[in-house]
Amino acid sequence: MPGAIYAEGLVKTFGDVRALDGVDLDVPEGTVLGLLGPNGAGKTTAVRCLTTLLRPDSGSAVVAGIDVLKHPDAVRRSIGLSGQFAAVDEYLTGRENLQMVGQLYQMKAKPAKARADELLAQFDLADAADRPTKTYSGGMRRRLDLAAALVVSPPVMFMDEPTTGLDPRNRQLLWEVIKQLVSGGTTLLLTTQYLEEADHLAHDIAVVDHGRLIAQGTSDQLKARTGGERVEVVVHESDDIRPASEVLRGFGKGDVTVEAHMRKLTVPVTGGAKLLAEVIRELDTRGIEIDDIGLRRPTLDDVFLSLTGHLAEVGNEESDKKEAAK
Amino acid sequence: MSAVNDSLVIARRNLIRMTRIPEMILFGVIQPVMFVVLFTYVFGGSMKIGNTTDPQVYKNFLMAGIFAQTVTFATAGAGAGIADDMHKGLIDRFRSLPMARGAVLTGRTVADLVQTAVTLLVLAIVALIVGWRPGSAEPTNFGKILGAFGLLLLLGYAFTWIGALIGLSVRTPEAATSGGLIWLFPVTFISIAFVDSSQMTPWLRHVADWNPFSATVQACRQLFGDPGLSQSSAWPMQHPVWASLIYSVLIIIVFRTLAVRKYRSATA
Repeated sequence: MPGAIYAEGLVKTFGDVRALDGVDLDVPEGTVLGLLGPNGAGKTTAVRCLTTLLRPDSGSAVVAGIDVLKHPDAVRRSIGLSGQFAAVDEYLTGRENLQMVGQLYQMKAKPAKARADELLAQFDLADAADRPTKTYSGGMRRRLDLAAALVVSPPVMFMDEPTTGLDPRNRQLLWEVIKQLVSGGTTLLLTTQYLEEADHLAHDIAVVDHGRLIAQGTSDQLKARTGGERVEVVVHESDDIRPASEVLRGFGKGDVTVEAHMRKLTVPVTGGAKLLAEVIRELDTRGIEIDDIGLRRPTLDDVFLSLTGHLAEVGNEESDKKEAAK
Repeated sequence: MSAVNDSLVIARRNLIRMTRIPEMILFGVIQPVMFVVLFTYVFGGSMKIGNTTDPQVYKNFLMAGIFAQTVTFATAGAGAGIADDMHKGLIDRFRSLPMARGAVLTGRTVADLVQTAVTLLVLAIVALIVGWRPGSAEPTNFGKILGAFGLLLLLGYAFTWIGALIGLSVRTPEAATSGGLIWLFPVTFISIAFVDSSQMTPWLRHVADWNPFSATVQACRQLFGDPGLSQSSAWPMQHPVWASLIYSVLIIIVFRTLAVRKYRSATA
């Protein structure tokens, strides 16, 4: 059975740019998918296609069991969207904003107002409820925007970079709200540039770049793809790179990567701290002076950089070929 | 039903906004008042209406033109407001809600209509103060005068749909303001609003006589009983009330269709 958010082969082009180049997504009910990618990767376009704001050139999408292309109106009743900007009317008060959104979800004026009050309390905005949102801080506006997306407690939520531009305290606050929401059974698709955020909130992570999914899986699975632990050594003298490389090859479980300009060597290992101690001893025995040494476990940053870094190279080769063909 | 409710919710929102930016309403009123004063006192003695250059006749002639110009200037406000909503991501929010398709635009144009009505009321009072006297040339009555204001409001409403389309087509509110205003100057000046078209070169006179804007001005002069009716044989000048109605309804149909279509695919 397809998930609460399901997409197959989504393609959207703007002129020459393929913003989405065949994206498949499947988000099981009650889970969070983190759509991770740099600026311009196609995250927002994907969200806009799934929330009926943009019609894909080809492909299909089903949200909350409803075909997005055939029944956009029905989809709109089942989703909440919190876009990249806090989309609230700055001259209306917080309460007026939420009441308006409730009424546009076809609630009657009174229940819409009651719901607005409930959300204002929940999002810690009750004190500011009767002030125009112009006077709100960035974090408050973001919270109000999120509250607006939750007016009808939709089963499926989309959040496009919800914490971009927020200070750490407000980010933390918003994360708590999002976690609460998900524990209530909401399915969520969240885009972010922050790996930490995806790691923290998402069950599954899909990495996008140039309109394509380049990896998908749980945070652990993605980390495993990049490999396990590594020992990283920075030697003091460039002349020591070669002997140090020999030492590392002896301990490592794979090839030694050398970044000569930084005098840095990296090798995948198993064995943890004990092995690290052995490496230090061996280097010391051979009289190789080191500036820095450490055992590194992969972070999502590593995953992301290795994946997109690789893809960026392929992209360059392609454009180089095009240049050469001219 | 939802189309009406949604439009009212959006209209209410825009009206609340207007009351919180009172300077916008103020400038909206000051501008036409300034035109009234400038035109009556600067041009007053040198404008020939019929066979006379009597400033009092020009004053009575002028008011219908100023009223009509004032209602068309609402175009810029509607355009800027909608462009601002696009810019701030509000249009995206509205488009993701299960609301009626045209409601965001209808709500905006209806709110602008209310603002136009207020402006027009203030302006009519100022006009009476500076010496405008309906019925100075032909007899009129209260019903006819109300009818004339009805035609003016309909024209203003029609023009806000042009503004809505402009607002959805440009990138910034600033562009929508100037884009909503510049073309209004030729439209309102190549008309019978401020001068007698019989004194224009022939081709310009044809443009003026068939200008939708002129039809409403002529209709208002007729209904107000103001002097200086165009004697042109052009159909809109001979049947100005019908022409004004037809033009306004046509503008609404065409530009509403275009604007709603644009809205459905709008991207910030």
